[in-house]
Amino acid sequence: MSSEHKDVDQHSGTETTGHEWDGIKELNTPLPKWWLYTFYVTVVWALGYFIVFPAIPYFDGSKWDATGGVINYDQRAVVAEAVEENEARLKPYTEAIVKASFQEILADQELMDVAYAGGSIAFKENCAGCHGTGAQGFVAFPNLNDDDWLWGGTIEDIHQTITHGIRWEQDYDTRYSQMPSFGSDEILEKEDIKDVTQYVMQLGGLDHSAEAAARGATVFEEQCSVCHAADGKGDKTQGAPNLTDAIWLFGSDRETIYETIYYARNSVMPAWKERLDEATIKKLAVYVYSLGGGVEPSDAAAR
Amino acid sequence: MLNPQQLKPEPAPDAGFDGPLYASRVKVYPKKVRGAFRRFKWAIMVVLLGIYYVAPWLRWDRGALAPDQAILLDLPARRFYFFFLEFWSQEIYYMAALMVLSAVGLFLVTSVFGRAWCGYACPQTVWSDLFFHVERWIEGDRNTRIRKDKMPLSVRKVAEKTSKHVIWILISIATGGAWIFYFADAPTLFPALFNGTAPAQAYGFIALFTGSTYLLGGIAKEQVCIYMCPWPRIQGAMLDDESLIVSYREDRGEPRGPIRKHPVPGEETGDCINCNACVYACPMGIDIRNGPQLECIQCALCIDACDEIMDKVERPRGLIAYDSFANQERRAAGKPEQFNFIRTRTVVYALVIALIGGLTTYFMLNRSDADLNVLADRNPAFVTLADGSIRNGYTVRLMNKANAERVLTAKIEGLGPVATRWTRGADSEVITIGPDSLVTAKLFVSLKKEDLEDVLDDGVAAGHMIILDQMGYVVASETMRFQGPRQ
Repeated sequence: MSSEHKDVDQHSGTETTGHEWDGIKELNTPLPKWWLYTFYVTVVWALGYFIVFPAIPYFDGSKWDATGGVINYDQRAVVAEAVEENEARLKPYTEAIVKASFQEILADQELMDVAYAGGSIAFKENCAGCHGTGAQGFVAFPNLNDDDWLWGGTIEDIHQTITHGIRWEQDYDTRYSQMPSFGSDEILEKEDIKDVTQYVMQLGGLDHSAEAAARGATVFEEQCSVCHAADGKGDKTQGAPNLTDAIWLFGSDRETIYETIYYARNSVMPAWKERLDEATIKKLAVYVYSLGGGVEPSDAAAR
Repeated sequence: MLNPQQLKPEPAPDAGFDGPLYASRVKVYPKKVRGAFRRFKWAIMVVLLGIYYVAPWLRWDRGALAPDQAILLDLPARRFYFFFLEFWSQEIYYMAALMVLSAVGLFLVTSVFGRAWCGYACPQTVWSDLFFHVERWIEGDRNTRIRKDKMPLSVRKVAEKTSKHVIWILISIATGGAWIFYFADAPTLFPALFNGTAPAQAYGFIALFTGSTYLLGGIAKEQVCIYMCPWPRIQGAMLDDESLIVSYREDRGEPRGPIRKHPVPGEETGDCINCNACVYACPMGIDIRNGPQLECIQCALCIDACDEIMDKVERPRGLIAYDSFANQERRAAGKPEQFNFIRTRTVVYALVIALIGGLTTYFMLNRSDADLNVLADRNPAFVTLADGSIRNGYTVRLMNKANAERVLTAKIEGLGPVATRWTRGADSEVITIGPDSLVTAKLFVSLKKEDLEDVLDDGVAAGHMIILDQMGYVVASETMRFQGPRQ
């Protein structure tokens, strides 16, 4: 380096690089060499990483893939192994859940914890599509948190419903009933249906016309009480809803109730034994039962 | 008017710049120093290393249900034990308070005494200093080491260098080895380390801390302070004109000049005899006489080195001393020195420390040995029941931090005439909870249809859950929201 290149900043006593932009000069403060070497080490590390781990993508003619690297590391395999390990860990519990009665599961804190946790996951995977992630339900899909059950709320009832479904005709043991379409099948006149609508609203404690309800009461007794009972409290063996409570699956406004009577409502739920194993179905039953509305057998008998 | 001359581009900058873009490290050979500050640094090193190595071996009786190690970070159980205190992981905010306190404490010390932390207490300084002693002990003092490094390789040189690094690594192993005792039962772990039954993580962390101690304290030394540590950059903001920092008293020392047997007529010299003792003593390899520098960790070894020379040449000590800018100026103006420790800055730092320290102590002393979380279900937020009443679900987590089983009672206040149902984890509002453990229970709370209007305001009611012990004292409480349909 010739001496005329040397341009020293007077203020700091540091040499400048000689570069100048609008009178601003750049001081040359050399980086320590080890810093540079550290950078080289990272480069070497990256090369090693390329060789050891899957790194280089390529197109094999049909799909994109990547070189396996020396150790052929695969995160999917890691996950699969972890899942397998977990299943092996849970196996004794799963077997115990299949063997035990529901009363035994509910009484055993450890089994209960496993069943509830497993049921919670299975619910979100299989049931949440219709019943919602919090089992809160939607119009036409029951809220499973409440204490109103169409087909019974004991844990055995719930287990039966999940296993065989509702109006799932491929399953011989499915829960089955059919509400007639009183309007579209011309069983009742429109005026009668309007009157029954008012009577149902009276049963449910809703605003109604007393005059029309009085006329509807007769029709109700003739046509509806077979399933919904004379007092309108329904019949769980037929899945006939209680019309006197605060819960309305399809809505409690006049038009909706009229529509229900005119066209009928016959919702379907699949039989899950075709898709889920017994342990999972039992876990689901425990989970749904524990959501808060589960009915104890003694209470069920009293109703 | 624009001068066309000014628009003409400058001649192209010289593209042939060939100055160094990367600088080799200049090895530092600090000379042995004797004096008051050296002795002080020895004492601090003994105390700090003593605390570091001995602390995990102290015992503290906590009964049969908790570990008996006085200081223990039990990561698997998420507990931190410190003598009579036991922290759960959710109390990590005490750690935040401690860190804020430490930071402001560092500000206060820096504004009064400069980088006293860097110079005396920082682990980087303590271990570097220790490693320098080992080097000096094996290879000799500054001049000997410089001479030996210039000599060609010999058996003796290799033997010396090897034994130096072996001792450095042994110290590093002891450092990394002591670290892990803070995380497990030390008397159990210690023999396990030697018979190979200790967990793999123990060996991994020993290796990690051995490596970093050797690399940072042995190899990198001053490079850590200059290039890696952010503190040198921050400290400038803490210093002011009254801060005491290790300084060369220019007013006394300049102009420098040797002591001559036959003084040159007309030559006026200051007290600095240009012996470079301060430069040779410096572990950072700088010259303190150039003024305050980023590299200076203010270890005060140059003070000792200069004082020794001043004694020899029979001049007053303190040519290099703890001094402030303001005093330099006062002396230059012929005024007496002043030491103003109480300044706005230091008072504010002290007040902040007092405030945070006071609050932390208050909350720590008044912390309950029970804790409560009440998490309301959000999906669904509320459920309408058949009789029209509204039910909310809660997950209640009750923690008993005491080392004894307790019977606690949960009461709900401010939500009107609610009906409760405890399931999954608790049978009723009277909860028996084991020592040092946690109960998670599901709670259903419902309000009758006819009470909704009285209790709910725009669909929401805010109340409390309080936890009573058997004596009827409130040991924990938490707000509790009840939601229903908007009327």
